[in-house]
Amino acid sequence: MSADISTLTPVLTDIWDAEQSWKLSTYEDRGGYAALKTALGMAPDDIITAVKDSGLRGRGGAGFPTGMKWSFIPQDNPRPKYLVVNADESEPGTCKDIPLMMANPHVLVEGVIISSFAIRANKAFIYIRGEVLHVIRRVQAAVAEAYAAGHLGKDIHGSGYDLDVVVHAGAGAYICGEETALLEGLEGRRGQPRLRPPFPAVAGLYASPTVINNVESIASVPSIIEHGAEWFASMGTEKSKGYGIFSLSGHVTKPGQYEAPLGITLRELIDLAGGMREGHTLKFWTPGGSSTPLLTDEHLDVPLGFEEVVAAGSMLGTRALQLFDDTTCVVRAVLRWTEFYKHESCGKCTPCREGTWWLVQTLAKLENGEGQESDLDLLLDQCDNIFGRSFCALADGAVSPIQSSIKYFREEYLQHLEQGGCPFDPMKSTLFADELEMA
Amino acid sequence: MTLTQETYGELEEIAARYPEARSGLLPMLHLVQSVEGRITPEGIEACAGILGISAAEVSGVATFYTMYKRKPVGDYLVGVCTNTLCAVMGGDAIFERLKDHLDVGNDETTADGKISLEHVECNAACDYAPVMMVNWEFMDNMTPASAVQLVDDLREGKEVSSTRGPRLCTWREAERVLAGFPDGRVDEGPGAGPASLVGLEIARDNGWTAPDGDGAKAIDSKTEEGKK
Repeated sequence: MSADISTLTPVLTDIWDAEQSWKLSTYEDRGGYAALKTALGMAPDDIITAVKDSGLRGRGGAGFPTGMKWSFIPQDNPRPKYLVVNADESEPGTCKDIPLMMANPHVLVEGVIISSFAIRANKAFIYIRGEVLHVIRRVQAAVAEAYAAGHLGKDIHGSGYDLDVVVHAGAGAYICGEETALLEGLEGRRGQPRLRPPFPAVAGLYASPTVINNVESIASVPSIIEHGAEWFASMGTEKSKGYGIFSLSGHVTKPGQYEAPLGITLRELIDLAGGMREGHTLKFWTPGGSSTPLLTDEHLDVPLGFEEVVAAGSMLGTRALQLFDDTTCVVRAVLRWTEFYKHESCGKCTPCREGTWWLVQTLAKLENGEGQESDLDLLLDQCDNIFGRSFCALADGAVSPIQSSIKYFREEYLQHLEQGGCPFDPMKSTLFADELEMA
Repeated sequence: MTLTQETYGELEEIAARYPEARSGLLPMLHLVQSVEGRITPEGIEACAGILGISAAEVSGVATFYTMYKRKPVGDYLVGVCTNTLCAVMGGDAIFERLKDHLDVGNDETTADGKISLEHVECNAACDYAPVMMVNWEFMDNMTPASAVQLVDDLREGKEVSSTRGPRLCTWREAERVLAGFPDGRVDEGPGAGPASLVGLEIARDNGWTAPDGDGAKAIDSKTEEGKK
C-alpha cells in the first residue's frame, strides 16, 4: 500500500517533454529497450509470472489481471499465437492512449515485443483507430525504427526469437474497441462482437489463441521488467496496483493528463489541476468514460481504484474523468451520450439496436420538456430491458448515464417538465462563455 | 476514373502484410479512397477480386465504418466533435456557426469542393475540448471564431498546421497514410501538446518521481509472500 498517494508518478509520461520524444534515439538515451534485453534473457513463463506478481490490471477499462490473461493462452495449441494491441481508444472522455502513442510510441513497441515473447507470439498487431493520423504516423515510424535497430524481425538480438508487427488503421467504429469486434475488423469484416465463449485466448484472431491488451497495459510492461514486479506493486492500493494515466477534462482549470498511483482521489486531482473553473462548482463526473455511471461531489474522496469505485456505485473504467460544473444540464449531457450509443450500436443484438433508439426518443422528449413524470419510470424500465441482454457491453454502457443521472438528478428532469424546456443556457457552459464573441 | 496497375499492386501489397489476406480490407479501402476520393464501385470490385470475396462482402464492410465515404469528399474533411464533453464546452456552438458560415449541413461539401463538414464522435482529445479534426489531425481548444478562421484559411489555400501536429495534407493524402504508406511528415509538430504535459510539469516543479527502482525491494516488505 502506498503511504503517499497524492504525488504524481511519471513513468509512461516521463519522456513526453523531451525534444523529439518519439524518436528511437531519445527513447534509448533514457534507457529504453533495456527491458527488452532483460526479457529476452528470461524464460517466457517468468515474464508472465512477473506481470502477474506486479498486479497489473487491464488499463482499457475492465481491469482484468494482465498476467492472468496471458496465462490463459494454451501453449499446447499448435496454432500460431497472436498479440493484438487495442489502440482504438474511443470511449467518450478517454484520451490517454492517443497522447501516449504520439509522444512515446517506443514504450508501446517495446512492450509489444516483450509481451509477444512472453506469450510466444511471432506476429503482433497494433489496431489504431483511423481518426488519429499523426498518431498513426508516429507508431508506423517507431515500428520501422525498431526493425532497423534489430528490435524487431528475425532472430532479435541473437535470441532466436522472431517477431513481426503490423500497424493497422481502423476506419471509424466505436464498437471496435470491444475486443471481439476489433478482431472482426482486423479480419476485414464488419465490426460486430462475437459470442463468448470461446474467449480470444482460446480462439481469437483467425481462430487462434490471441491476447488483446490495451495500449497502456502493454506500455506498462517494460517498466515492470526493468524495475521489478515489487516496484510496480509498491504503488497503488491493495487490489489496484501501480500507476496509471488519469485524464481530466471539462470544467477544470487545467485539464490534461496526470500520471499517478491508482487510488488517488478526484479531490486530489482537482487540487493539482488548479480547482474547478473559477466561480463554479463540480456537479457531476464520470470516473472512466461515459459508460461508467455518473458520480457527484459526494464522491470526491473515493479512491480511484477498481473495487473502490465499484463500491461507490460506478466503475474505474479508463480513468477518463470528465468534469461538469453547475452550468451543465445533466439531461442534455445524458441525451447526447445516448445519441452516441444509438449511433454506435453495431445493430447485431435487438435489445441494443432497438433499445438505444427508444432511449433517445424518451430522453429527447424529457429534455424538450414535453414528456411526463412517468417517462422517468419508462426510461428506467427500458434500461432494465436493455442491460445484460446483448453480446457485448455497449448497451450496458448506454444505460449507465441514464440510470445514474435519474438517481442523482431526478429533480432536474422534473424541472424540464415544469418549465416546458431546458432550464439551462448552453452558452454558459462553453469555454468561451465570457468572451461573448460577435458573429 | 480507372484504377492503375500501380494501385492494384499497392492493394496487393497491403493484403500481403497479413497472415490472411482479407485482414487487409480496411487499409485497402483507405487506399481506394486516397485514389478515388471515395469508395467507388470499381474500388469495391478491385478489393473483392484481390481478396477472392464477393463485391457484396466488401460493400458490407465499406458501409459499416464511418470513415468510408460514398460521396466525394472535399480536400479538407472538417469534423467538429459534438459528443457530450466537447458539445458542452462549445462544440455545438462551433458546429452551428460552421454550418451557417459554410452554408452546408452535416455530411455535406461546399460548392467549391474544398470543405466537407461533419460532426464527429469523441476523438480522444477531451483535455483539449472543444476539439475539431481536419483530415484526422487535431485542432485543439477551438472557438466559433477560430473555427471560421480555420475554414477560411483552408478555402484560400493557406498552409495550416495542426495545433499539435504537422502541416495539414489533403484528405486523399491522409487516406494514403492510413493505408500504411507513410508521407514523411512524422517528425513535424511536437511530441505532446500543452494539456498532455500539465501533470508532468507539476511533477517536475515539485520534484515528484515514481519510486526509485533500485529501492523498491527495500520499500516493499511483503515481497516474499508474492513469490511463488
